[in-house]
Amino acid sequence: MDDIDTKIIKLTQDGIPLTHAPFADIAKELGISEEDIVARFENLQQNGVIRRFGASIGHRAIGITANAMCTWNVPDDKVEEVGAIMAGFSEVTHCYERPRYPDWSYNLFTMVHSYTREDCERVAREISKATGISDYSLLFSEREFKKTGARL
Amino acid sequence: MVQLDQIDKDILNTIQLDFPLETHPFEKLGEQLGIPEDDVIRRLERLNSAGAIRRIGPIINTKKTGGISTLVAVKVPEQRIDEVAEAINRYPEVSHNYLRPAEYNIWFTISASSDERLMQILDELKAETGCDLINLPTKRLFKIGVKFNIR
Repeated sequence: MDDIDTKIIKLTQDGIPLTHAPFADIAKELGISEEDIVARFENLQQNGVIRRFGASIGHRAIGITANAMCTWNVPDDKVEEVGAIMAGFSEVTHCYERPRYPDWSYNLFTMVHSYTREDCERVAREISKATGISDYSLLFSEREFKKTGARL
Repeated sequence: MVQLDQIDKDILNTIQLDFPLETHPFEKLGEQLGIPEDDVIRRLERLNSAGAIRRIGPIINTKKTGGISTLVAVKVPEQRIDEVAEAINRYPEVSHNYLRPAEYNIWFTISASSDERLMQILDELKAETGCDLINLPTKRLFKIGVKFNIR
């Protein structure tokens, strides 16, 4: 990743313009071609510096208002197997293993987004059935204090 | 709530994971969906101003850019929620911050430039708020940031 890569990320991370040639202004500013910019983004994607190039959805605005963080207490030796099953659910957008603490026993986290709370609860029940993990807790978000993407 | 017709839904379902990365992406998108470029752009503008699309751009992988990120849970007394949420939001490194009613009730994610900076922020927040917090960094990643199935 060189200076130009950093610049093209910084100049596009808040969104490209919705125009016929959205990379034209940046290309001009940096003195490279639009094709170069596209090729650089492809490279950055291949190297994993960016996960993807695309739209971030305002899911609340389109009615996907229920968002549950499901936390699961999974035996350490089952985490690999159970995590893979959970990740297979299309309603699960994120699935991570995280550490436990003396007053926090849940070590697997899945984010479930859907149109209703009931639907999130249904998905959690299905995950529980598919994995055999019965010790879990759903934390619904009641207020959003902040939401932005990671920035350079 | 934004009303969506089938074409809007097709657009939203396509541009999350299969956005055509080209010099004229909206022209290409129009070809893929069988509608003119002007129509694609008009629809995107409407979806953008209504909040259905936050932005179209690169989704950065902080791990690869030398940063470090984590999830933090804080135990906050009911009457101090606004004050503590504000103290957390003050850091530009904080990307998401939610109230989730439970014993640990404020949950935020944070991406910092280094481990030292991250620890400094968490120490400052502990000192400033006096609240218990637990740091929950990812130990293993099974899935991330996949698409919303818009129906």
